[in-house]
Amino acid sequence: MTTKPLTLPDSVDAVIALLATEAYVCDRRLATALFLSLKLARPLFLEGEPGVGKTELAKTLAAALHTALLRVQCYEGLDIAQTAYEWNVARQMIEIRLAEAAHAVQDEGGRERLAHSLYARSMLIERPLLQALTQPQSPVLLIDELDRADEPFDAFLLEVLAENQITIPEYGTVKAVAPPFTIITSNRTREIHDALKRRCLYHWVDFPSLERELEIVRLKAPGAADRLYVQVVEFVQRMRKLDLFKAPGVAETIDWTNALVALNTIRLDPATVHDTLGVLLKYQDDIVKLQSGDTAKLLDELKARALLD
Amino acid sequence: MIAENIVHFARVLRSAGMAVGPDRVLAAMTAIEQVGLDRRDDVHAALSAVMLDRHEQQTIFDAAFDAFWRDPKLLEQLMYLLLPKISGRGDKITPSRSNRLAEALAAPRKPDPPNPANNTADEELSFDTTFTFSERERLQQADFESMTSAEFELAKKIAEHLPLPIVPVIRRRHEAARRGTLDLRSTMQRMARQPQTLTPSFTRARREPPTLVVLLDISGSMERYARLLLHYVHGLTRRYLKVHTLVFGTRLTNITRSLRHRDPDIALQHADSQVQDWKGGTRIASCLAEFNKTWARRLLGSNAALLLMTDGLDRDDQGDLAHAAAQLRRSANQIVWLNPLLRFDGFEPRAAGVRALLPNVDLFLPVHNLASLADLARALRTPAVSPASLLNRPTHS
Repeated sequence: MTTKPLTLPDSVDAVIALLATEAYVCDRRLATALFLSLKLARPLFLEGEPGVGKTELAKTLAAALHTALLRVQCYEGLDIAQTAYEWNVARQMIEIRLAEAAHAVQDEGGRERLAHSLYARSMLIERPLLQALTQPQSPVLLIDELDRADEPFDAFLLEVLAENQITIPEYGTVKAVAPPFTIITSNRTREIHDALKRRCLYHWVDFPSLERELEIVRLKAPGAADRLYVQVVEFVQRMRKLDLFKAPGVAETIDWTNALVALNTIRLDPATVHDTLGVLLKYQDDIVKLQSGDTAKLLDELKARALLD
Repeated sequence: MIAENIVHFARVLRSAGMAVGPDRVLAAMTAIEQVGLDRRDDVHAALSAVMLDRHEQQTIFDAAFDAFWRDPKLLEQLMYLLLPKISGRGDKITPSRSNRLAEALAAPRKPDPPNPANNTADEELSFDTTFTFSERERLQQADFESMTSAEFELAKKIAEHLPLPIVPVIRRRHEAARRGTLDLRSTMQRMARQPQTLTPSFTRARREPPTLVVLLDISGSMERYARLLLHYVHGLTRRYLKVHTLVFGTRLTNITRSLRHRDPDIALQHADSQVQDWKGGTRIASCLAEFNKTWARRLLGSNAALLLMTDGLDRDDQGDLAHAAAQLRRSANQIVWLNPLLRFDGFEPRAAGVRALLPNVDLFLPVHNLASLADLARALRTPAVSPASLLNRPTHS
């Protein structure tokens, strides 16, 4: 990896342009939040429905800045050993045996030296959070689905997020060489503690507008007929207004378009929609609701607007 | 000039109930410096990125932002006129708080004069004003509905201290223990401290109470019970961090934050001012459906337990209660239904609402008096109650 300094975008428009190089379509509000997060060196906290491109943003940012992406995928019970660092206990044990064999622990000084070498930097196994602090060039640190981790983990993150450092009791404090750009995502399956949010910039990622979603789907799911794109996006946008348990995200729209292309669909018709609903909706209740009349209603609406011949 | 405006704006937001501290004001200034003042939408996006905590705050923020950018002075005056009620923390409640305060400050009172309406009950009470064991005993058996107000006060105090009604769940996080899995890191630390000895240390999976979500019916038929149960829930909220409370009658209201107040009276008054459908009708089906839609995914993660406190008498002909309950069943780890109507020995699930809910709960228990509240805590803390057996025997006696 080259260690030339990163060139950060110097305006909101530059952020939009930067992300566009990696085919990420980003609305101006999100771009502003990201721009500020880069400029003020504050973590960006993204909350929103699943499938609106939160994780994708971090990946795109890393790719666009040509820097490393370090990812912590959260789950319950996640602890320091899995996310930050771990002592290489096996090596420590060997070290002790070697010292004993060499009769190096006879006196007080020898023991002191051994204890010191046991907790040397080389004995640390670095996990993503610590790695994020030791890169020569600022990486993108993605803490994905933080809501899945339990509350104690939030508290542990505070030091990393606010001070860009990790304190290891046996060793000391590791401070960031080049502070990472941190992006935290959450699907809101629980409320994240205020103390953590306070240290971040907050952005709620909403479903995109019709024009933006069209742009995204055209970029991410190439190969469909132009008319089909319009029909798909209009259909999904209308669907989100229905009273669904889980409205489809952009990721689902892209998947659906790909599915339709794979099935050689030229235009939406009730039978195809019926067969492929599972790509868009992930709850049986929602699928039943759509199949029992709502699909026909939505298609009629499209027809009324002359989008469907 | 900009700084002044931002400080001003932050004050407006604060008076609208958002936690915008000086740190955020500073961050906002830097943010504005970075994005500049050329575009209104950039300023809006920048300030909301810095000042918001939750998506729900966006509406208030937008309104305030719009008004402020038009005329800061005017907005503040408007806020002043509109918001004295939500402004200061706690000052609004002073008048009604005096009840208990006055009681505390008043000279020790002589035993209450017997109340002609409730002669028998008050005679027993007037023997001793202290809270003796026998009285507690008697109180525990009395139905909330037939308690005198003095008894009710005492009941409230007991309810505040009843234990958490759920079994701890095993977490994936480990904690130090006397035996269990070997903890190499900690063992190594001990060895480094005392190289001559080898004392292994262990960890085991942590057990902790899961998140508790309380859904409390506050409709007319539940009124007396709801009051007491709220005290119970307040006690729980104070002692355990992870208790979320929503009340419903004709609509659903989340009162968790109100109940976080230390003082039970202030907490309940806060909750009161938030809830608009006390003693109204019940629309269980639509309220459950709304809970499923907006709250279930946010609150019921990580093995949460759900306490449903309602009499199951639904006046909702629109909603599909069985459907909503079934959906709820799928998202909660365990559902416990506390029903005050179970006090009648011959209770049979005849009401349509009760019959719709019953197949979807794990436990069905009475809560009409304190003894049963305590029983409840005991019953729920002993694991391995078979839901099937309860379903076959819904008429708990």
